[in-house]
Parts: sequence; C-alpha cells; structure tokens
Amino acid sequence: MNDPVNDSVNAELQELAESVFADARGAGTGFDAELWKTLDDTGLARLTLPGDAGGSEGTFSDAAVVLAAAGAHAARVPLVETDLLAGWLLHSAGIAVPAGPLTAVAGELEVAGTGVRGELRRVPWARAAAGVVVLTAGHVVLLGPERLTVTDGANLAEEPRDTAVVQGEVAPTAVAALPGGAAEEFRLRAAFGRAQLLAGAARGALAASVRYAGERVQFGRPIGRFQAVQQQLALAAAEVASASAAASAAAAAVTAGGFTAAASRFAVAAAKARTGEAAGAVARIAHQVHGAIGFTREHDLRLTTTRLWAWRDEDGSDAEWNAEIGAAALAAGPDGLWPMVTGSP
Amino acid sequence: MEAVTETMVRLPALVPPPTDLPPRAAALRGEVRAFLAQERAAGAWTPRADVWLSGWDERFTRELGSRGWLGMTIPVEYGGHGASPLDRYVVTEELLAAGAPVAAHWVADRQIGPTLMRFGTEAQRQRFLPGIAKGEVYFGIGMSEPDAGSDLAAVRTRAVQVSGGWELTGTKVWTSGAHHAHAFFALARSAPRDEQNRHAGLSQFIVELDSPGVQIRPIPLLTGAHHFNEVVFDGVFVPDDMVLGEIGAGWRQVTSELAFERSGPERFLSTFPLLTALVGELLANGSTPHRELGGLVSRLWTLRRMSLAVAGSLESGEAPELAAAVVKDLGTRYENEVIDVARLLVATPPDPGAEGGYARLLADAVLHAPGFTLRGGTNEVLRGIVARGLGLR
Ligand SMILES: Cc1cc2nc3c(=O)[nH]c(=O)nc-3n(C[C@H](O)[C@H](O)[C@H](O)COP(=O)(O)OP(=O)(O)OC[C@H]3O[C@@H](n4cnc5c(N)ncnc54)[C@H](O)[C@@H]3O)c2cc1C
Repeated sequence: MNDPVNDSVNAELQELAESVFADARGAGTGFDAELWKTLDDTGLARLTLPGDAGGSEGTFSDAAVVLAAAGAHAARVPLVETDLLAGWLLHSAGIAVPAGPLTAVAGELEVAGTGVRGELRRVPWARAAAGVVVLTAGHVVLLGPERLTVTDGANLAEEPRDTAVVQGEVAPTAVAALPGGAAEEFRLRAAFGRAQLLAGAARGALAASVRYAGERVQFGRPIGRFQAVQQQLALAAAEVASASAAASAAAAAVTAGGFTAAASRFAVAAAKARTGEAAGAVARIAHQVHGAIGFTREHDLRLTTTRLWAWRDEDGSDAEWNAEIGAAALAAGPDGLWPMVTGSP
Repeated sequence: MEAVTETMVRLPALVPPPTDLPPRAAALRGEVRAFLAQERAAGAWTPRADVWLSGWDERFTRELGSRGWLGMTIPVEYGGHGASPLDRYVVTEELLAAGAPVAAHWVADRQIGPTLMRFGTEAQRQRFLPGIAKGEVYFGIGMSEPDAGSDLAAVRTRAVQVSGGWELTGTKVWTSGAHHAHAFFALARSAPRDEQNRHAGLSQFIVELDSPGVQIRPIPLLTGAHHFNEVVFDGVFVPDDMVLGEIGAGWRQVTSELAFERSGPERFLSTFPLLTALVGELLANGSTPHRELGGLVSRLWTLRRMSLAVAGSLESGEAPELAAAVVKDLGTRYENEVIDVARLLVATPPDPGAEGGYARLLADAVLHAPGFTLRGGTNEVLRGIVARGLGLR
C-alpha cells in the first residue's frame, strides 16, 4: 500500500536533493568539490551508512530518491561509490571509514600480510578519492592516495575511470578478511546504485526534451505541437516511467529485505536490466527531438545522454543481468515462472 | 540550465510510488492457486491466450463466484465481499497468468460493479450487484459505434425522452460478448450536439439486451470466432430507473469507468500463457537463450510493479491517468513482444488446430494480437493522454 508518512518524508528529501544537485549543475568536468562539501554537510554523502560510520542511517528508498536527483542533474561526485560501496564494505569488514570521497572496486590484488601489489582497472573517481577500497578474492583493503599510481581514464560521459597501480605496504588496520557474502552483495549494490542513477538521468533527459519541444519553433509553432513529436515524447515518458518504477521497486525490496533476500536479488537484477534498456531509447528520442543543437558540445543534453550510454554498460549491462534472470527462469521451469515474477512461491 | 531544472520539478510524477501487497494477499493467492491446480488436474479447461476476450465459461465463472472471488470490492450488503482492490488484483492476476476462462464475468467484475457503486441508484445496485458477485449476471460495454471509435464523443445513438423513460435508436459495434450478456451500459446522445462542448449532452443507460427492439448480430473476428457483435437499437424503451447516474453526465462517468480499464494485469498478461509454454519448449529443446528470455521476465516484473503502483494509488483515491495510460501502452506492446521473442527462439510453427500447448498458444496469440493495442483506447490515443500530461497539448 502507498504509505502517506513515508511518501511525505520522501517528498522532503526529494526537494532537498533536487535543490542541492540543481545548484551544482553545470557542464564542468572532474570532481565537484564544492558539491561534495554540501553533500557532506547535509548528511547526503553517507546517507545509508550507520551512525558509527559517520552515516545518516537512511533507507535504500531514501538513497534511491537522492541518487535519482544526482543522475538527473549529472552530478560529478562518487556518491554510490562512497556510501553504498566503499563505506559499507569497510564498515562490514571492520575497517575504520575515512573522511572524504571514497571509491571501491573489485580487483585482483596480491595480498600477503600487509604487502599489497597489483593493477586496478577502471576505478571510478580514483584520482579524486581519499581512499580506494579493494575487494579481492579474500580481503578488503583500504588504499590511501599515497599508495597509488593513477593513470587517468574515462567513460563515455567523461567520468573518471582510472587505472591504479599499487605496490607496497599498508597499515595492518587497512586490511581485513573478506566477510562472507560480501562479494555478491558488492555486485548487487553497485548495480542497484547504477540503476537509480540511470532512472534519474533518463528523467533529466526527458525533462530537457519536453522543455525544448515547447521552445523550439518550426513551421510557425513549437515543435511540441506536432503530433509526431508528441508521440515520440510519450514513448520516452513511458520508458522513463518504467525505469523509475523498476528502480524504486528495487529500492523498496532492498529496504524491506536487505540485499541477500532472493526477492531483492531478482529485483536489483531486473531494475538494472530495465533501466539499462530504457537508457538507449530515451537518449535516442531526446537527441531526435533536440535536432542538431543537442549534438553539440555546447549544449547540456549530452550531460545526461552520455551518462545514459555509459552507465547502462557499467556494473553489469542489461544483457548480462537479463542473462542471469533468464537462467533463473529456465531453472524455475514453466511452473516456477509466475511464482518468480510475483515473488510468491 | 536553471530553466531545465524548473521543467524537471514540473514534470508530473510519471508513476506512483511502489505498492506492496498486504500480508494477507499471500494466503488468498495460495487459495486461488490451489483451486486452479485442482481445475487443471480435472481437465476442466485448457490454458489459452487472451482469455478475457475469448474464454467464456459460465461454469467456471460461477465457481469463482461461489468462492467469493467475484465482486470482491462490492460491499457485503450488495452480495459482495467488501475487500480491497488489491485483493481483487491478486485473484485476477492469478487467473490471467493461468490462462483460465474469465471472459464471462470480466466486464461485470472489472468495471460494472465499481461503476454501479459510484453512480448507480440503490435499486440498480440491489438488482445487479448480487448476481455479478455470484457470477450469474454478465455485462457488455456499449460505447463504440461505426463512426465513434477513438473519438467516442461522436456517438450518434439518440436517446429521446418519452413518457416514463427514454427511447434509444442507433447502432453499437465491437460489443464483446453481447450475445451472451444480460445487459450493457449504452452511451447515447440525450441532447443535440453542441460544437462548443462536444462532451455535453451524453448520457449512460442500462440496457437489458433482451429488451424489445434490441437486435444483436455477430461480427466474426478475423479467425471467424464470434466474440464481437453489432447491437442495433430500434426505438428501445429504457425506463427512467435504468438511467445510469445523471442525464448529461455521460462523458464524466464514462471517463471514470475507463480508469478501471487501463492499468490492470490484463493489459500485459494476455500472452503470458505463451511465455510459460515457451519456457517449457526451451527446456525440451535444451536451448538456453538466457538474455532474450530474461528480457521478457524483467520487463514483465517491471510492468507488474507499475500496474500495482497504479492500483495502490487508485485505492488511496487518486486518479493517476497518465501512469495508467503508460502501463497500457507499454503493457500491450509487451504482449506483442512475447510473440516476437518466442518466434525468434523456437522454430515450432503456430497451429490453430492443436488442442493446446505451445503451437496453439502461439497461433491464438498471433491472431489476437491486433486487438491488444486497440481495445480500451488505442496506443496512439493513450500517448496523446501522456503528451497532455507532459504539458505538450
Ligand atoms: C478486441 C476488441 C474488443 C472491443 N470490445 C469493445 C466493447 O466491448 N465495447 C465497445 O464499445 N468497444 C469495444 N471495442 C472497440 C474499441 O474501443 C475501439 O476499437 C477503439 O476505441 C478504437 O476505435 P476504432 O476501432 O474505431 O479505430 P479508430 O478510432 O478509427 O482508429 C484507427 C486508427 O487511427 C488512429 N487514430 C484515431 N484517432 C487518432 C488521433 N486523434 N491521433 C492519432 N491517431 C489516431 C488510431 O490510433 C488507430 O490506429 C473493442 C475493440 C477490440 C479490438
């Protein structure tokens, strides 16, 4: 049932998040330190972490609201990485969570006592992070920037996806055994966060397109008056609605059952798959409606559309997550399919 | 940049917040599944696609009535069960997913009951609701006409006031199940057309289909099957106590009736029995096209979550018109997509003569597919509603 109390809490949070990210919106590149400071001050930077890890103890549905706003406004901060991934992983491994923006990656490091070596690829925001948390086959390792040699890399949206080389010793307090189930939860958390960002970016691209269709005049009237344009925008709106529904349903599932419940695993997989599929459709229509101006560097449409293209392939593409769901559906068989969809065995 | 932000804030909520089914739903679902398993074991019917149009089975409908699964939201004093729309949701989605024959009660249970509770008189409720809840009284929908399809306000059926009631003359078409149904709500023009206000002067009448002057003729579907009808009124007398709601308020009433029609599970489950059979076929062939199958499953899961969100929001008294239109547009296209993917993955050709199974389900799905994106408001018209919601028109 719809819950009026939670709905109004969410509405307040949504307003706060909207205003914080909208103020910071801009076409710059690289880490937005000023925005990060605001997020830190408002408690949004570590929204879901427990109080003893410096967090605000929010729910995953709260996180969904904030991440959707971050995606819609193309925020240049490692929010998912800090809160949902690095902070959580450190805290569950019993390593103190450092201040500042963090990032996390699953990688193959050789760990021998406190000696660590290896190369980490496509680390989100590595160049800006106060700490890189690595999930290896058997350990959780926290690396400070001083331990890393970083080479810049980027995704389609020019967000940092860097290569980091490490060789040397870390403090004994920066290494711990990998908690059971953490590797799987890490994968789900990353996909969950990415799905929320995607849903937000899709909404952002739609909002820009609806606005543009009302302003751009051809043949003597705003192009949004043409039924062909209206039908395209309605199709985009349907994709955005479906992406948002999938992302928030996953958030509700995870809020209720954590990441380990079977229903949550299915919901996260389906949400990442659905938001990833919607991304391409929304970006295509947004660009078509914008005409040539949207295809330029000068125009801000690219901030959301390039993120849609980048993010749909990160943390498991729609094809990969759908493959997992398809394998589960075949394993469930004809009689198990409907119970799987309804989550009621 | 600031301007875009304003638009974002002003963009309407495209989908209501997620709705969770109440805990009691699990027990209800279990009972429905047990009943369906028992029916299937007895060979009472064969699972089919598009059952809410074509699966007319009065025995099955009465069985559901006797178990309390029809007219669930109708108050107890009218023979109903005073349950919530979410309880009804659970029952209907289970029936549709199983491909069970639900056509006989479909319209009466989905929209006639709620509409009578909203606009009907005490006498009308007493007269029809108990029979609907028992699964003994069946209804049709008397909206479309030869010259009034998407443009429903163009209906020409005339209602002329006479002593003690109204006289109806005109023709309704595409009336599903009229040849079995007891009655329908006819939308008619009770006052001359006003070009300044096309929605004025329309009224709804409860027409019993065995009334003198009513003629019902089959309009065979492209398969030759008889589901559609043409219903001709030749001076049909409708007494004053069979006027539905207010004279002149027909447009408002019909629009609220359509709200029940748009976002339910029947808008994405018409081909679900084919998807179930597809899984069986893939297992039998040993093929593992995980991505394509998973795509169908994740999209289905999403549609169901959206549809439930709309149901939850309807229950809390809101009318999420835009979201309902979106569910129907996406859902009916999804029903077609199941066919496309099935054909991509399995080489078995459709067989309309087969008793049941994949080949028959595929045949029925293909032959019924054109209707999915037309009935209850075409997808183009739905997108017009979405465009209006976005502020484009
Ligand atoms: C299986 C099935 C069952 C039905 N059962 C019933 C029933 O029981 N009772 C009943 O009253 N009716 C019933 N209908 C009728 C249904 O409501 C109509 O088919 C529907 O409203 C469309 O009207 P139409 O068929 O006249 O098409 P038209 O309105 O003539 O449309 C033809 C095409 O033009 C497009 N079009 C029309 N106007 C516009 C516009 N403004 N902008 C863009 N495109 C437009 C449509 O989208 C469509 O593609 C049923 C239909 C089907 C297929």
